[in-house]
Amino acid sequence: MRKKTFYESKLKQATHTLFFKHHRKPGAKGWELRKNLGSNYPKILALLNRHLEKLDLQVKTVFEEEKPPEKPTMAELDKARFYITLRGALTPKETKMMGWRIDDIAGLAITISTIVARKGRAQRKDVEAILRDKLPDWRTNINLDRYIRSGYIDEDDKGQLYLDWRTRAEIDEKILLDLVMAK
Amino acid sequence: MAKRTKTKLLGTEKLHRIIDLCRSLEERGLDPFLLDVDNVLETIKELFPEWKNHDELCLDAEAVNEIASAINLQSKWVKHRSTSLHTDPFLIEEKLRKLSKEEIATLFLKSWHPTIELEQISPRSLTEAMTYWQDLVPLGKRWLRTEGSWTKTGIATKKELLAQNIIAEKEFSKELETYWHELKQKAVDGKKIEYWDFIGSETYAETANRAYMASFLVTYGYATLEIDRLEEIVYIKPHETPIPKMGNKQAVSVPIPVSLADWKAWREGRAS
Repeated sequence: MRKKTFYESKLKQATHTLFFKHHRKPGAKGWELRKNLGSNYPKILALLNRHLEKLDLQVKTVFEEEKPPEKPTMAELDKARFYITLRGALTPKETKMMGWRIDDIAGLAITISTIVARKGRAQRKDVEAILRDKLPDWRTNINLDRYIRSGYIDEDDKGQLYLDWRTRAEIDEKILLDLVMAK
Repeated sequence: MAKRTKTKLLGTEKLHRIIDLCRSLEERGLDPFLLDVDNVLETIKELFPEWKNHDELCLDAEAVNEIASAINLQSKWVKHRSTSLHTDPFLIEEKLRKLSKEEIATLFLKSWHPTIELEQISPRSLTEAMTYWQDLVPLGKRWLRTEGSWTKTGIATKKELLAQNIIAEKEFSKELETYWHELKQKAVDGKKIEYWDFIGSETYAETANRAYMASFLVTYGYATLEIDRLEEIVYIKPHETPIPKMGNKQAVSVPIPVSLADWKAWREGRAS
């Protein structure tokens, strides 16, 4: 097989694996990609990332460790999860089309900022109290439950909230805090 | 002695306070440096010679364990403060309070890159689904209506309960004594009689019932069994008064088959 055809076929395979939902969570684990694309899958993903740039999309890598390694090893990549995410930002009009009300987005921003500022965890009742400042009382619980269901945050049996997989995949926590502080 | 008990009581209270403080640091997300590790370790060290029993030593170990968790929290706290993500939570909350919902949402959108996930049916799964649909039995056939039976509720008479064997005609102990007296009458002067002569009756059901009662007569000490191993004959001998325990003798189980064939053989033998 010619080299170009080989990479074209691998690119298609990578697109199918990453775009279509196979499990409860979208994307794929590194070891799954290695199984489907071969051991040089990081190279194929880099190629896919270049193609996706034109469409304002990107391949996002979320490592198991909280702090992403500078030069990840193959073992670290195998354990990481790869997603396709939007490269740029959405406009408020676009979010409405996605089914998110401005209240929901503001609530999510407040929840995530509070958890990040409190070193990655916060009591649910504290977050509810902050949300009540901006949202009607009856919406705070509904919204928090929605964020938990979507995978943005998680709650333990002691009522502590943590950041979950979707926040790590979709939100640049540092930019969010910097923007809030800059206001 | 009283002074020592008081010291112990105070010491236990101190350990409980240390444990509670360490736990609240974790549960309420408080500054872990509120805990003066050197000071609490010194207290634990001073109290340690007082602890003698298991519970006290367990409490001491629990306190040390909680302090270790608090030190772990302190380590995480330092690491977090050294990262670029460290911002004073009160400052962030204050900023969030001042911003309007619209402003917060606009800021958030700049840091939000939603994932793309598609769910689409493939031609293959569509074919499978169509085959399944064709083979699916209509609901009307799957959920065939079954008529439930209605029973009118009412009060059952004693006679009906007796007929259904829900209750016995006599109390069990009274019935057992009736059988005991009968056995004593049959075995004149406290002599033994053949087991089958005692349990055997006109019907097999009644024979089985008498064998059942005979087993309780022996178990509860109203009678005893004697077995002639040479002739293979089992005898039953009544006691004048019930003997609940047979001294130091080891109780043994004696299985005696009371089959329909045995009952027929007994009847034929009696007739001839």
